[in-house]
Amino acid sequence: MNLDYTEAELAFRDEVRGFVRANLPQEISRKVIEHKRLGKDDFVVWQKLLHQRGWIAPGWPVADGGTGWNPVERHIFEEECAAAGAPPIMAFGVYMVGPVLIAFGNEQQQQRYLPRILSSDDWWCQGYSEPGSGSDLASLKTRAVRKGDHYIVNGQKTWTTLAQYADMMFCLVRTASEGKKQEGISFLLIDMHSPGVTVRPIITLDGEHEVNEVWLENVEVPVENLVGEEGRGWTYAKFLLSHERTNIAGVSRSKRELAYLKHIAAQEKAGGRPLIDNTRFSDKIARVEIELMALAITNLRVLAADRQGKPPGPEASILKIKGTEIQQAITELMMEAVGPVALAHLPDSWGDHWLGERVGPEYAGPLAARYFNYRKVTIYGGSNEIQRNIIAQGILGL
Amino acid sequence: MDFDYTEEQLLLKDSVDKFLQKTYSFDARNAIIATRAGYSPDIWKGFAALGLLGLPVPPARDGFGGGGVETMLVMESFGRHLVVEPYLGTVVMAAGLIATVGTDDQQQYLLPLIMNGSMRLACGFLEPGGRYDLAHIETTARQEANGFWVLNGSKSVVIHGAVADLLVVSARTSGKAGDADGISLFFVNPGEPGVAGLEYPTYDGMRAAEVTLKNVQINSESLIGIAGRGLPVVELVADRAIAALCAEAVGCMTALKDATLDYLKTRQQFGVPIGRFQVLQHRMVDLLMHCEQARSMAMLAAMKVDSPDAVERRRAVSAAKELIGRSGRFVAQQAIQLHGGMGMTNELNVSHYVKRVTAIDTLFGDADHHLDRFTAAAQALPLPSFEKPRSKWKQI
Repeated sequence: MNLDYTEAELAFRDEVRGFVRANLPQEISRKVIEHKRLGKDDFVVWQKLLHQRGWIAPGWPVADGGTGWNPVERHIFEEECAAAGAPPIMAFGVYMVGPVLIAFGNEQQQQRYLPRILSSDDWWCQGYSEPGSGSDLASLKTRAVRKGDHYIVNGQKTWTTLAQYADMMFCLVRTASEGKKQEGISFLLIDMHSPGVTVRPIITLDGEHEVNEVWLENVEVPVENLVGEEGRGWTYAKFLLSHERTNIAGVSRSKRELAYLKHIAAQEKAGGRPLIDNTRFSDKIARVEIELMALAITNLRVLAADRQGKPPGPEASILKIKGTEIQQAITELMMEAVGPVALAHLPDSWGDHWLGERVGPEYAGPLAARYFNYRKVTIYGGSNEIQRNIIAQGILGL
Repeated sequence: MDFDYTEEQLLLKDSVDKFLQKTYSFDARNAIIATRAGYSPDIWKGFAALGLLGLPVPPARDGFGGGGVETMLVMESFGRHLVVEPYLGTVVMAAGLIATVGTDDQQQYLLPLIMNGSMRLACGFLEPGGRYDLAHIETTARQEANGFWVLNGSKSVVIHGAVADLLVVSARTSGKAGDADGISLFFVNPGEPGVAGLEYPTYDGMRAAEVTLKNVQINSESLIGIAGRGLPVVELVADRAIAALCAEAVGCMTALKDATLDYLKTRQQFGVPIGRFQVLQHRMVDLLMHCEQARSMAMLAAMKVDSPDAVERRRAVSAAKELIGRSGRFVAQQAIQLHGGMGMTNELNVSHYVKRVTAIDTLFGDADHHLDRFTAAAQALPLPSFEKPRSKWKQI
């Protein structure tokens, strides 16, 4: 048992660090680190750079474009990218639909979609939640009725993240209403440019447009866009949820955010002294830091079990709960750190090249909005209460 | 980087587990606590036979040569079985101390006696009024012209102090209470004239003692390490003890988790096992998560406690003690709560685990104490820098 990197691991780290340093555009990393608004291009530019290097999909089989890295190498890659301020890789293509297509898609689907996922030429979104189906996802009502060579899809999806950029949506639809509700669900790939698809923005409490409603009205989807078998969509959806778990804890990004929190707290003054020296505040930072140190080890323990060939199980739910609680705690402390200027709501100043007025230091601008935005993390991806149900059943046998 | 145990480590863990399963039932433990000595000479012989008494002693001195990870494995098992033997003071602290800074004579004479089970030691590092401060030492040590040292002062809450054949105490050879310099370590034979003590039971089934030293004369060979430079050594020994206690706490917490889960599955109310109720399921999940985070920190402390970098060591050990202090408190309180009235009884082992976990938070500094120490260690590190070059056009 040893936390130190081996010579080979150190060499790998230096290789990744060298690549990131040489290629990650500074205007992108600055936006990430300073919590500025990221546009579609910011993600795509970085993902294409990783694709050119062959590093966009570490978790995929090598034959399909993966890297063949072991869990420690993947961990090092995550650490280096996050520390440098690289944007997160958009999960929907590489982490979500990609592995499902590799496992359950037919050859035609794989040939058509996988290369465009790797190259970021298609932007994917996730059609899961519906207005009446949140935590009880299997109750979804969007219907797909087979008519000749097509499914006719009608229904409404919601909370669809960045659907405004999307070319494709992987979508859970109901193809049968009799029997168990899970058994009537199928996994369809829908072209977002099809007639009948309407994307309507949902403005969240931070004033931003990140999620959407997606209306599907008589959308014609070719039957070749059905993944696997009709009625097996729930199985694929569960596979998707359990497949990509290495980054669920977000430890590497939280480390960078914690460092940035300290950077802010060192510049803010309370009673004429740096806020970071205020015991009441530094105690809060220290507690989060200690929780994060523990989560980093817990995360590595899960990775180590993965290397021994054990499938990632409900332990991943522990990572999700603790990871998101820490992310929220850090955003909360950042907002608290800047004091009253956090009140100023100037969304235009969070974009590129803002030359107008600011209130307080530049770093303070987006912090309140970010705090509000991050309330989402304990809700999405299976709320933390659902995660507790998963742990209660899957680990504790209750 | 790897999280695997070596074959030797797995064998060690297996042999300790098996020995305690055979000899250290809850009833056997309660019988040991009820004896006058408060520990079991037979168990101690068993530890000697297993090689546990030489765990931190290097192979060159016929020991096991174990470090933080080996100690963690042993102590977690001790936690699961609520072992009350004087192992922490004798082996983790004193034998480790002697192996690290003892003179050749001290090592040659004492280590075999410790390893064969004929000598137990206790460490007195705290004083009345000093709370958890290892530098708050008012006990004085003055060297006479004949080379003898004369000790005066008192030591507080010396765990297993009254069963020790030899005491290790910190005393001041210069400076005043709170100073980092001027602290020295000595062996004191409790049979020496001037050594007096008050032995008492602790709520977790152990024994401790208040020790007073009045004009105690000890020879010059009783000095451990360099006179006046004892504090870093005391801190190292305390950190090893903390890392060990963190592992012991994890053993207790895991036992509490298992017992509580079992109770949720078997206890029936309203016609169903109470584990069917979601409010209890989620509490149980929180309990589990505290156990997992605690285990991670015990592992971190075990891996970092042997680090030559004192700041890194201190940061990891204090972080672990802080988190385990808090998570241990949560697990203990919820274990009682979920057991209901049964959790309140002395009859069930649950309450005994609860008491041990609670005691561990108090030993060598509680969560608040270590939060302070962690922050102080963090301040020794450079702050992260996010300075950025300004674009020229922006300044026009």
